[in-house]
Amino acid sequence: MNDPILEMRGVSKSFFGIKALRAVDLTVYAGEIHALMGENGAGKSTLMKILSGAYRPDPGGEIRIEGHPVRIEGPLGGRAAGISIIYQELSLAPNLSVAENIYLGREISRTGLLARGAMREAVGPILKRLGADFQPSTLVAHLSMGQRQLVEIARALHARSKILIMDEPTTSLSAAESERLFALIRQLRAEGLAIIYISHRMDEVYALGDRVTVLRDGRLVGSLDKAEIRADTIVRLMVGRDVSSFYKKDHDPEAGRGHPVLAAIDMADGLRVKGCSVTVHAGEVVGLAGLIGAGRTELAHLIIGAAHKTSGRLELEGRPVEIRTPGEALEAGIAYLTEDRKALGLFLDMSCLDNINLAVLGRDAKLGWFLDRDKARERADRAFAGLSIRAANVGVPAGGLSGGNQQKLLLSRLLAIAPKVLILDEPTRGVDVGAKSEIYSIIDNLAKAGTAILVISSDLPEIIGICDRVVVMRAGHIAGEVRREAAVALNQEDIMALATGMEHLDA
Amino acid sequence: MPDNGASQAKPASTTTNGAAAESKRQRVRVLISALGMLPVLLILCGGFHFLSEGRFFTGQNLGIVLQQAAVNTVLAAGMTFVILTGGIDLSVGSILAASAMAGLTLSKMPELGMLWLPAALLTGLGFGVVNGALIALLRLPPFIVTLGSLTAVRGLARLLGADTTVFNPSIPYAFIGNGSLTLIPGVVSIPWLSVIALLVILVSWLVLRRTVLGVHIYAVGGNESAARLAGIKVWAVLIFVYGVSGLFAGLGGAMQAARLYAANGLQLGQSYELDAITAVILGGTSFVGGIGSIWGTLVGALIIAVLSNGLILVGVSDIWQYVIKGLVIIGAVALDRYRLQGSART
Repeated sequence: MNDPILEMRGVSKSFFGIKALRAVDLTVYAGEIHALMGENGAGKSTLMKILSGAYRPDPGGEIRIEGHPVRIEGPLGGRAAGISIIYQELSLAPNLSVAENIYLGREISRTGLLARGAMREAVGPILKRLGADFQPSTLVAHLSMGQRQLVEIARALHARSKILIMDEPTTSLSAAESERLFALIRQLRAEGLAIIYISHRMDEVYALGDRVTVLRDGRLVGSLDKAEIRADTIVRLMVGRDVSSFYKKDHDPEAGRGHPVLAAIDMADGLRVKGCSVTVHAGEVVGLAGLIGAGRTELAHLIIGAAHKTSGRLELEGRPVEIRTPGEALEAGIAYLTEDRKALGLFLDMSCLDNINLAVLGRDAKLGWFLDRDKARERADRAFAGLSIRAANVGVPAGGLSGGNQQKLLLSRLLAIAPKVLILDEPTRGVDVGAKSEIYSIIDNLAKAGTAILVISSDLPEIIGICDRVVVMRAGHIAGEVRREAAVALNQEDIMALATGMEHLDA
Repeated sequence: MPDNGASQAKPASTTTNGAAAESKRQRVRVLISALGMLPVLLILCGGFHFLSEGRFFTGQNLGIVLQQAAVNTVLAAGMTFVILTGGIDLSVGSILAASAMAGLTLSKMPELGMLWLPAALLTGLGFGVVNGALIALLRLPPFIVTLGSLTAVRGLARLLGADTTVFNPSIPYAFIGNGSLTLIPGVVSIPWLSVIALLVILVSWLVLRRTVLGVHIYAVGGNESAARLAGIKVWAVLIFVYGVSGLFAGLGGAMQAARLYAANGLQLGQSYELDAITAVILGGTSFVGGIGSIWGTLVGALIIAVLSNGLILVGVSDIWQYVIKGLVIIGAVALDRYRLQGSART
């Protein structure tokens, strides 16, 4: 192979005595896609921030770019060294045009005036090379998430970066946009860029990675070549133990023959959901699959009364119920875990204790009004123990917890009402592998206890791994259902075919 | 914070270490935002005592400070409820005037005189609930709604007294305004105005920290969408907080009426809302809602009263008092920004 473009030797970083990175050696070659994996907190972001110049590494290590030792300092240091980073939360100004964003901070000016025309002209060829379907003058606010990512990449190319670091770039992209992004990444690889690709998703790493490096607890625990990339190997490296049964499905798969707990019939909102019916039985885990934008979250919002429905009715344990607000849904025993825990779920400034107890405060209250603090404390302690939520104590604000712990926190709030029906919207999004497998066990145990569970997920292996049957939505309709037949397990192709509308072609 | 990544997902042994350090920092941060301005208050008191050559810490002067702080403390307590939900109530000064006018007018009727106090409270509550209903049910921005009622209610206050000053030298319960509660005869007595203000703070603390409603208020301010999805009746919480703000403004009006035996719809309570807001922000309550405490508000109100009193004792001219107080408001908001940077919210 050619000479490495980036070499890190013995790079460490500690914060107040806590080692976030321990003597990491990383070698990246031009023209390769190097996947970087690890649980949250394994040191990926620290590594990235060192390369961008946001953090200065501890003395002793060495970073070489194209064979020359470099010191990367200050926020512009990374770019000067030829490294561009595309963060999960994109850093574009939506009120400015594409060209202005690409030139942000380095605007071309002529006699003090902004040379918009020149900037647009210079940006044009780069956008064309990336196959962009928008103009340099387009406002970023008008672009989709996928298009915005292109702008970020264009910015990197424009800065003549040789190393492109992407942090979970597909989190907010639809499947089609992701595919397009993958094609583009491969094109950039062919053009000789080195790409460091950070992801939690195994399928992406399979599809893209030429090499995979796994970090755990700040250490580099393994580097695998393409031929060695296997899910179980990677998971074992990341978690540090054998995850023999990553997905858990110990509950009775025949539960679907029991009595229906939730029946949503002909639900519609006149917009994104066009007449959908779903039934979930006691002790059953039903998957709700579909492409992004198929209307799954919207359907869940209709069921719990968070959105206004134009038609449809609900039956709970065989009796019709009227649910107009999320509060009424909770009272009826239908709990919903939002896909966006930070914006719609947690109260980041409030304590874990308050977050856990929020839904049951009224029920627990003394004299109808006064907080029962002992009961709240007890419940929070039980949730911490039962769901192994890791935080210093139940009094710390929820905002300081990691993604997985926040998710378990939110889940424990819902479980406090002992729901009959639990609707989980992307329950493991942005959650590390260890917490994922814990959440799967929680779901499995709830099903064993007879809860009716509906899981919305875009992660097909997850849906297949934990669900008894899968309902597939497409463009606001129920496109069909995939059941396991006798010994034949659920399979990914059937679900994808329904989700994309290809099932007729296959037949 | 740079250490987040490090302390979050370590294996069990180091988690405890990292998390303990993190929680220690959290506690320090909470302490700073809770104590926040208390050191400033103490320094101000000490400074004025020194500059005024020992005239600040006298029984008589402290009584004056407490009395002067009383009405603003009550208004600021109501304002704390509102700002905790991320709102604002600009109309409290006008509501105070209207309530005082309504009370005084009623107090002059021989049959109904004794009812003037509840009448003032109900007037305030009524205006507050209307504010809340407009904000919660019509989903209008609090700033606009209360800016409107700032003007409209001021007009109503003038209307109530036919645009004159209403006097009633024999108003019932006049002791509220000018009497003192004697704790140790001849030694310690506290003005009734201050006793009321303290009770208001205690009741507010009880509601905010010990009731379900209190948690819901913090929740609505912290994340309104999440509160809605969590089944909290956001509209009810909003009507409640603006109702409380109105009620406390009504109480403030009653306190003023009893103290002055008179009220003028045009002048009474002018720009009181600004002092109340200043007290709340000085007290560390975040302008975007969700963070803050009623004790901070008490400290904030005391700072304003000490500042006014101290500047007079030291002999600063009226004009410079304005300048200095204005700078304190800006300094308070700067502090708010600084504190938010360090909080968990990113």
